[in-house]
Amino acid sequence: MAQIVLDRLGARFTGGEILESGSEHGDEWARIRRDAWIPVAMFLRDDPSTKMEMFIDLTCVDRFGKEPRFDVVLHVYSVSLKHRVRLYCGAPEEDPWVDTLVSVWAGTNWFEREAYDLYGVRFKGHPDLRRILMYPEFVGHPLRKDYPKEKRQPLVRRQAGAPD
Amino acid sequence: MDTTDGPLVPPQHRRVVLGFKDAEDLEAPDLPTESLPLNMGPSHPAMHGTVRMVLEVEGEKISSADIQIGYLHRCFEKESESATWTQVFPYTDRLNYISPMLNNVGYALAVEKLMGIADDIPERALFIRVIVGEVSRIADHLTCLGAGAMELGAFTVFLYALKAREWLFELLEEVCGARLTSTYLRIGGVHFDLPPEFGPKLLDILARTRIVMSDIGKLLERNRIFRDRMDGIGIITKEDALAYGITGPVGRSTGLAYDVRKDHPYLVYDRFDFDVPVGSVGDNFDRYAVRVEEVNQSMRILEQALATIPAGPFMINNPRVALPPKSETYNSIEAMIAHFKIIMDGIHVPPGEVYSYTEAGNGELGFYIVSDGSGRPWKCRVRPPCLPAVAVLTKVLPGLFIADVVPTFGMMNMIGGECDR
Amino acid sequence: MGFEFHTSSLKAAVNWARKFSLFQYPFVTACCGMEFMSVAAPKYDIARFGAEFPRFSPRQADLLIIVGTITERQGPALRRIYEQMCEPKWVVAFGVCASTGGFYQNYSTMPGADQVVPVDVYIPGCPPRPEQVLDGLILLQERIQRGEGHSQIAIEAEKGYDVPLAAIRPLGSTHRKEEP
Repeated sequence: MAQIVLDRLGARFTGGEILESGSEHGDEWARIRRDAWIPVAMFLRDDPSTKMEMFIDLTCVDRFGKEPRFDVVLHVYSVSLKHRVRLYCGAPEEDPWVDTLVSVWAGTNWFEREAYDLYGVRFKGHPDLRRILMYPEFVGHPLRKDYPKEKRQPLVRRQAGAPD
Repeated sequence: MDTTDGPLVPPQHRRVVLGFKDAEDLEAPDLPTESLPLNMGPSHPAMHGTVRMVLEVEGEKISSADIQIGYLHRCFEKESESATWTQVFPYTDRLNYISPMLNNVGYALAVEKLMGIADDIPERALFIRVIVGEVSRIADHLTCLGAGAMELGAFTVFLYALKAREWLFELLEEVCGARLTSTYLRIGGVHFDLPPEFGPKLLDILARTRIVMSDIGKLLERNRIFRDRMDGIGIITKEDALAYGITGPVGRSTGLAYDVRKDHPYLVYDRFDFDVPVGSVGDNFDRYAVRVEEVNQSMRILEQALATIPAGPFMINNPRVALPPKSETYNSIEAMIAHFKIIMDGIHVPPGEVYSYTEAGNGELGFYIVSDGSGRPWKCRVRPPCLPAVAVLTKVLPGLFIADVVPTFGMMNMIGGECDR
Repeated sequence: MGFEFHTSSLKAAVNWARKFSLFQYPFVTACCGMEFMSVAAPKYDIARFGAEFPRFSPRQADLLIIVGTITERQGPALRRIYEQMCEPKWVVAFGVCASTGGFYQNYSTMPGADQVVPVDVYIPGCPPRPEQVLDGLILLQERIQRGEGHSQIAIEAEKGYDVPLAAIRPLGSTHRKEEP
């Protein structure tokens, strides 16, 4: 459905910025080299034949045991042309960072904070990269596959033997 | 106040710039003030218990807002990574807990898309999904309207809306056995057929709900207090809606006519005749009006669906997905083993990734699912429809008054379970 | 001897008054809030049990109803609200998440609100039906009548509260006769 988006991307970025692309279950996707993340997003938003003006979702996948370990996943949509595309940008485990897209779609702000909070991927240039769902005292990134599900980090507990 | 010597209040500080005609009499001159941090929430009656706002105020005016969510982070993703595909349904119920059926629909469609069985679902199941989903949507909007009005002091509206919602909950209870957290859908269909006499009962409830909606309209739409606090407050532009990814009633109130049911019809929505209401200003009153009209449109869909629902099976005929009938489970060893395998190992979903989206009460509810071929999801991401609407508040609130926070936040319809997951 | 009798019967009268004038503070966080709305709405109508009016300030409330999941992040807020309430106070855990954490057993949710505040009555259900809530409220009222609320016991342990009350209030016999 959105094959035109992949065609346009392939025609515009010929220097190996598009590492891979394909279509799966009717969803078109492309894997972007990390240094071309912002230019590709800008192009998708502004090009008249793609017109991805609506930001939908940004998240991260922990592909534990594979390289690169983290994939930042972006979904964008074009309201006027009614097509959408999924973009990946890999981030290796030892230094997980990706450029921020806040300058392209303002709505990515909170989604990037969430990806940072839960996966520990840093977004370079983000204006306010704080934890969003967990509290600031929390240590670690809970949605990584190596974080135990029930490892709690309590802030407050009743003391044993307290009168109340 | 004598205003013959020219205006005491510079025009840019007047509420009149936001569309008010007579606010100058109400407002004090712009006194020099210090900036003061003001904490609202997390336990504030209008903050739904799950959000904290740290406002920087100058006098009554907000100069900056830091909105902190996460007080209801219940780890939907982490929990679903250790549950079988079917066991995720109860967790989806508790995302947007006012309309659990719509979440069930979104998740079921995503898994079916990934398994490639979307075309094999019996037609009756598709109709049932539409019907229970739209009933849930009406309940969702009623709750939002009632709670939003209650926060402005209109307690009667709240009681009226809850009265109507109670009828809908009781009807859903007849369908699935639970008032609220239904877990009614299954991968491949629905768990039970609709109960007998469902159609006439629903039509009766719809007729009564129309009366309630008209009562609510009469109470609110010409109510001076309500209009003063809604009109022209909390304006979101269409550009912001696009950049922030705001969908649903909040997005449509800005004039962005995007409704997944219309633009990318799923289930059998393409067979029904309904309209997508859009606002023109993007203020609180538009959000109210869009929700009221969506209730009416949902009723139209329901009436058409009840008139055309076909008879037939309500679960897919695929032994790898559907549980065998109970009579066979208890009487034959093959069915018993099949039952055991599906319950204990879970349904096997082929490896792959999929993004599926439906229109939930608050907008586009997306499920981005990664499967590694085992019986459990590798990742089950929810695209929360109300998170962008809350995120845009950091931009909308500065410039408003403290009292405007309550109606603006109320009309965003932030649902903690969905926003924080 | 007579003093003993009067004291206990005054205590019963005070407890009787307390149990029918509960001022609740709903600490609503999650799904159960929807059922809490239903309990307050016309059909189930919690007003019939004297717990009608939600106070949205903990300082004016004596019944804390914890409605919904408590996360670790929410814990300090809950603790603070509890400490702000005046004594004697009662706490109800509404729903299974507030009671034990329910099926959310993970890094963020607290395994029951009683990790942070003492709880008098647990109402199970996910979410509980309104009838269950009313049943739980009646159970709490019975406990209040018997003086078994956690803070009633704590006050008793501190001593001295009942004697001045007995001194200032005339001892009438108009209150309802206590069931055995």
